[in-house]
Amino acid sequence: MVYILTHYWSELIQGLGYTLLSSVIALVFSTVIGTMFAIFEVLPNHAMRIIGRIYIEIFRNIPLLVIAMFFYVIIPMYVAKIDGFTAGTIGLTIYTSSFIAETVRAGIQSVDNGQMEGARSNGLTYWQAMRYIVLPQAFKIVIPPLGNQFINLVKNSSVLAFVAGFDLMYQGNSIASLSLDTINSYVVVGLFYLVITLPLSYYMQHLEKRLAN
Amino acid sequence: MKKLKRYLGVLGMLGVLTLVLTACGGRKSLSQQDVLTNDKASNTITWGVKADTKLFGLMDVQDNTIKGFDADVATAITKQILGKNGKAKFVQVTSQTRIPLLKNGNIDAIIATMTISPERKKQVDFSESYFDAGQALLVKKGSKVKSVKDLNKAGTKVLGVTGSSSVANIKKFAPKAKVLELSDYAQAMTALKSGQGVALTTDNGILYGMATENPGYEVVGGTFTKEPYGIAINKGQAPFKNKVNAALKEIEANGTYNRLLKKWFGNVAGFNYKEASR
Repeated sequence: MVYILTHYWSELIQGLGYTLLSSVIALVFSTVIGTMFAIFEVLPNHAMRIIGRIYIEIFRNIPLLVIAMFFYVIIPMYVAKIDGFTAGTIGLTIYTSSFIAETVRAGIQSVDNGQMEGARSNGLTYWQAMRYIVLPQAFKIVIPPLGNQFINLVKNSSVLAFVAGFDLMYQGNSIASLSLDTINSYVVVGLFYLVITLPLSYYMQHLEKRLAN
Repeated sequence: MKKLKRYLGVLGMLGVLTLVLTACGGRKSLSQQDVLTNDKASNTITWGVKADTKLFGLMDVQDNTIKGFDADVATAITKQILGKNGKAKFVQVTSQTRIPLLKNGNIDAIIATMTISPERKKQVDFSESYFDAGQALLVKKGSKVKSVKDLNKAGTKVLGVTGSSSVANIKKFAPKAKVLELSDYAQAMTALKSGQGVALTTDNGILYGMATENPGYEVVGGTFTKEPYGIAINKGQAPFKNKVNAALKEIEANGTYNRLLKKWFGNVAGFNYKEASR
């Protein structure tokens, strides 16, 4: 195991870097897009609700690998040249955003209707009420499930390995086949994932406690 | 203090996990038993073969069997060792899974387009070579890439398959090129078609198979390495290895080998049948 660590250190660090980069990009964009579609789903406007429903149901029910392969293979053929890293990250963002949308929607709907009504009767517009009254309370409720989604996102970023995205899993496959030491290679890769996911998990717990007070 | 204790607890758990995972390697397993004795008792030899490689080992979805040169050679060797009624059982492997599967005893031998290399010899034993392969390039017809030299430019992307020696070779012959490793040949071919790389590199035998299936693509530049394929057998299985080598000699002498070579490669454009026959 020490041999793998010392001998393939630069590959592992490069993999860690790409995994982190992809995770951070996907985390930011999937949260934004997910929240957007969650709001779509609770809007009074019927058409918007259907758009939100379609987006979520499509991307939540297709395997991530299929979405990533779509962007890796089909998009470069007909639309634009994108490499494996970009394709994988886009796939990861879209896939995760559909789960986040469902999580956030549940949060919004669990905020008592009276909050929105009260805000509206105090003269706030729908969007103001959503922005300042409902969403802050909703996010507080959904922090624990959101933390789950974020951790899943980091682990799901291993999909990059299948589209040559140079992430940890990709390097792990490569190291395993170069060193022919399969067990230790994947143990090391697993530990590297923990380096990202454990602090993330602790941070989400911390956030949960802080917001609870 | 309480926090520290919890932190130490997590670290301890990680330590135990690591120990458990690494300890798996130490157990005495199936692979330590004598393969030849077991195979004679069951009248079956279990071979690891590819299922995604045209001409060598390809899954035929019609009858759910793996067909190809590797599979036929394996069957011929099985019949030589176990007699006419000997059964060859095929297990689907990839470049990545074949050595672990051999080591843990799931398969008796690998005959899966596997190049004999010094690094691999540290892990497994090889029979004599059964096919003289060499690395080549597959490109789109009309591509500017004519030989491996054309790849040695910064920004050039070359496609390969994880776990194959061809990836390491391309880093030697064209160090400036960037190699993208995909999980199998089908996926690498798809990536070539969608323009993720300018060339696909691996052994010529496999590339000829791909070129026959995809008319818009051709093999260029000849071979730039010598990579004889061998049958991999676990270390410490000398009786089995000797039997395999003897059987291989026998099928080369009695013409079975050449017949199989003609059956699979006779119609492939650009393949020099005379040179490869034994």
